Amino acid sequence: MSKKDDLVPEDLGTDREKEIGQHIGYRYDVNLVPDYNRLTPFLKKYLETMEWKDLNWLEDVHMGYEEDRPAVFDRNINGWVTVPEDMDLPDNQQDRDMIARELLVKFQMSQRHPMVILEENYGKF
Amino acid sequence: MATLEKSFDAGLHSEQLSGRTQQTFFSAAEEENFVYPYNAFKVERDKKAEFDAQDLDSNTINLKIRKLMSEGHGHIVVKNPRAKHSIGVGILNRLTLDFKGSLGYFGCGLIDGPNIHISGRVGWSFAENMMAGTIVVEKNAGSTFGAAIRGGDLVCKGDVGSRTGIDMKGGTIIVGGRTGTLTGFMMQRGRMIILGDAGPNLGDSMYDGTIFVGGKIDSLGVDAVPGEMTDLEAKWIEGKLALYGLEAPKGAAKLQKIVAGKKLWNYDNLEPTEKKIVL
Repeated sequence: MSKKDDLVPEDLGTDREKEIGQHIGYRYDVNLVPDYNRLTPFLKKYLETMEWKDLNWLEDVHMGYEEDRPAVFDRNINGWVTVPEDMDLPDNQQDRDMIARELLVKFQMSQRHPMVILEENYGKF
Repeated sequence: MATLEKSFDAGLHSEQLSGRTQQTFFSAAEEENFVYPYNAFKVERDKKAEFDAQDLDSNTINLKIRKLMSEGHGHIVVKNPRAKHSIGVGILNRLTLDFKGSLGYFGCGLIDGPNIHISGRVGWSFAENMMAGTIVVEKNAGSTFGAAIRGGDLVCKGDVGSRTGIDMKGGTIIVGGRTGTLTGFMMQRGRMIILGDAGPNLGDSMYDGTIFVGGKIDSLGVDAVPGEMTDLEAKWIEGKLALYGLEAPKGAAKLQKIVAGKKLWNYDNLEPTEKKIVL
């Protein structure tokens, strides 16, 4: 096998992926329908507080990967937030997605969120 | 494939992209909190206020809503909005907001959390950049309805103009009636349910996301192709429509599903490689 072929993963799906020799990550699971039986207690309370009958914006939140580590994309900072190594994750995507949603909401509402620092430094109102 | 050969020869496919990650980590010790720590207010669900916007300008209306939220009002009723522009914008917390009348252009933009009801019509670019929450418009809407929406449920029970959901990046747009030309133009993610007819060039240049149409489609745009409806999707659509008192005319399973043909995927990781070759 040539050096060029070594660089191309075997399980590329679309013609476009084969052409560029790489996966296009966001193609996967973008519309995975949530299983509401797997809501965490935190998410149940969040939805009740917000008065939403379903997951609303969290329908689009899934557990993904960044540099081979489980991570969640935070649209408010346009970047991935990584799950700590010592956190055990379940072995199915539905439960992982629910944990991703809980972690993201908690992070966005926390004082540690980069938007807090941004607002302190650049907020006009 | 000349370009591909050239990029392999240059050894560029082994490059690791960097600079995208924020190097930020979750903490397991995060406290439970449902209010943003910036520009948001903790409001009480049952604390209600209402005011007449008849003689107020847009800025004053927005400031009044903000003041009421800062006082803890979780339910605000605005009477006589009289199609004024850019009102009900930038609300980042839970809130029940009722507009008794119609809104002008750029109404309810940049919201992240509230549940809004409009008894009348809305103008251009309604709910642009909506992040989360629910909005229900009882009558018709103008063009670019839900432009660049990123999350939440945006519902218009009547007809909407052209370019509905242009550049949408998430969330769900539901149209009870018809939609105009170039609906879903450059759609990148999310879901759109049109229960009536769709105008020409539906889903033009869409990269991803899904459009469901109950009526007639005038024509599909570039790289928009029919998809195969799954039982899971039909069930999801039925549930979503039921939340807003709507249903597909012939059942959710009979909706036409439109997805991206994915022939326009010519960016992402290849982009820096191509730039280097050009340079």
